[in-house]
Amino acid sequence: MHILTAKDICKSFDGTKVLNGISIEVTKGQVLAIIGPSGSGKSTMLRCVTQLETVDSGEITICGDTLVKNDGNGRAVYSDKAACSKIGLHIGLVFQNFNLFPHLSVMQNITEAPIRVLRRSKAEAEAAAKELLQKMDLADKADAYPCQLSGGQQQRVSIARALAMNPDILFFDEPTSALDPELTGEILKVIRELAAEHMTMVVVTHEMKFARDVADYVVFMDNGTIVEQGNPEQLFGNTQNDRTKAFLSRFNEN
Amino acid sequence: MNYQALLTQMLEATLMSLRIFFVTLIFSLPLGLLVAKGRMTKVRLINLPVRLYILLMRGTPLMLQLLFFFYALKPLFGIQLDRVLAAEVAFVLNYAAYFAEIFRGGIEGIPRGQHEAAKVLGFTRGQTFFRIILPQVVKHIIPPMGNEFITLVKDTSLAQVIGIVELLKVTSNWVSSAVNMTPLVIAGAFYLVMNGAVTRFFTMAENRLNYYR
Repeated sequence: MHILTAKDICKSFDGTKVLNGISIEVTKGQVLAIIGPSGSGKSTMLRCVTQLETVDSGEITICGDTLVKNDGNGRAVYSDKAACSKIGLHIGLVFQNFNLFPHLSVMQNITEAPIRVLRRSKAEAEAAAKELLQKMDLADKADAYPCQLSGGQQQRVSIARALAMNPDILFFDEPTSALDPELTGEILKVIRELAAEHMTMVVVTHEMKFARDVADYVVFMDNGTIVEQGNPEQLFGNTQNDRTKAFLSRFNEN
Repeated sequence: MNYQALLTQMLEATLMSLRIFFVTLIFSLPLGLLVAKGRMTKVRLINLPVRLYILLMRGTPLMLQLLFFFYALKPLFGIQLDRVLAAEVAFVLNYAAYFAEIFRGGIEGIPRGQHEAAKVLGFTRGQTFFRIILPQVVKHIIPPMGNEFITLVKDTSLAQVIGIVELLKVTSNWVSSAVNMTPLVIAGAFYLVMNGAVTRFFTMAENRLNYYR
């Protein structure tokens, strides 16, 4: 079953084409890794499917619901506001910079949306949050505030916050890029565990080893296009495209 | 000099100053938030008049505005406000303009990621503003708000231009009739006490919001 289908996504910022006909598909339980150099459009792609940006043209379908499709002139037409909000509830997004709410405790960060948006009872939301915190190895931090936590802990809270909404698909936008190298491991471990539980995920990452180990499918983007894609063994083990080769060799050097 | 009469009159006049102070805050703070929203919208039909309003309020003397609302409404629109109401209208409209710009600075200072996180979690725009953004804005605007509150305490003395008997008016009456400077010193002490309280209020608020960065 397809959780996410994006077809021919185009997006420009002030005349500069950032996405030039990107198509990706994610089926249930799949982990898709998107890799590529900075400025290749990876994050923009993620922001388009999570409705933080609007596309110029293309089609996006999430869990069978159409978010946007082209009209007769090839221009994007979005579904109505209510439908877009509903589609938004299928997805979760983990940001590079965590974006936790600094004035709320860890517990409130996680329960605020389930209570306000999903209309869960406070007790129910808190019970679910406690379970998630346990899973994230943060059971003792429920009453702490984000500023009292390390970067890795903050990112785990933000993963718990996204999971608390029971998304059908979870997006990660370079989840370890704002972390010290010694803290990236704890985040990658969490994502690995989620993958083992067959959480559907799309991860934009610069961690090549991680992409190779965890992803079911890897997409290499450059200059707003998908240059090469395939399963990790293919893409990393039997690289075809020269640009992909050049990009990967830079990682192997260090 | 009859000190008992002096102090009684000064205390009564202080009540008038405090009345203007509190009425101004109660109405101009929410109004300022609304004006800030109007100033930030891209809808020109709202944005442009709001900019003009802010320009008028900040660009002309508060004293002129006081005179306007007491004397000019009658010939212009046939409305005569009583003195205190005219003063309150002038103060509210004037301070709302300043508060609006402080709110705007605070709101625009909140990182975009906060809005984005709230949006992805499904919060409505109203929920995002009141639950996520505004509480953080309050913390950031405490210092400039403190300035405005303190200025407002002192600005209440301007109300005397339309015949309102507030603290400084009573004081100057006594100074000129008794040719004695003591009332000035006492009035100074009164203002200091009021602003001491304002300062203390803001220090407490700041400490209370110190639990996060």
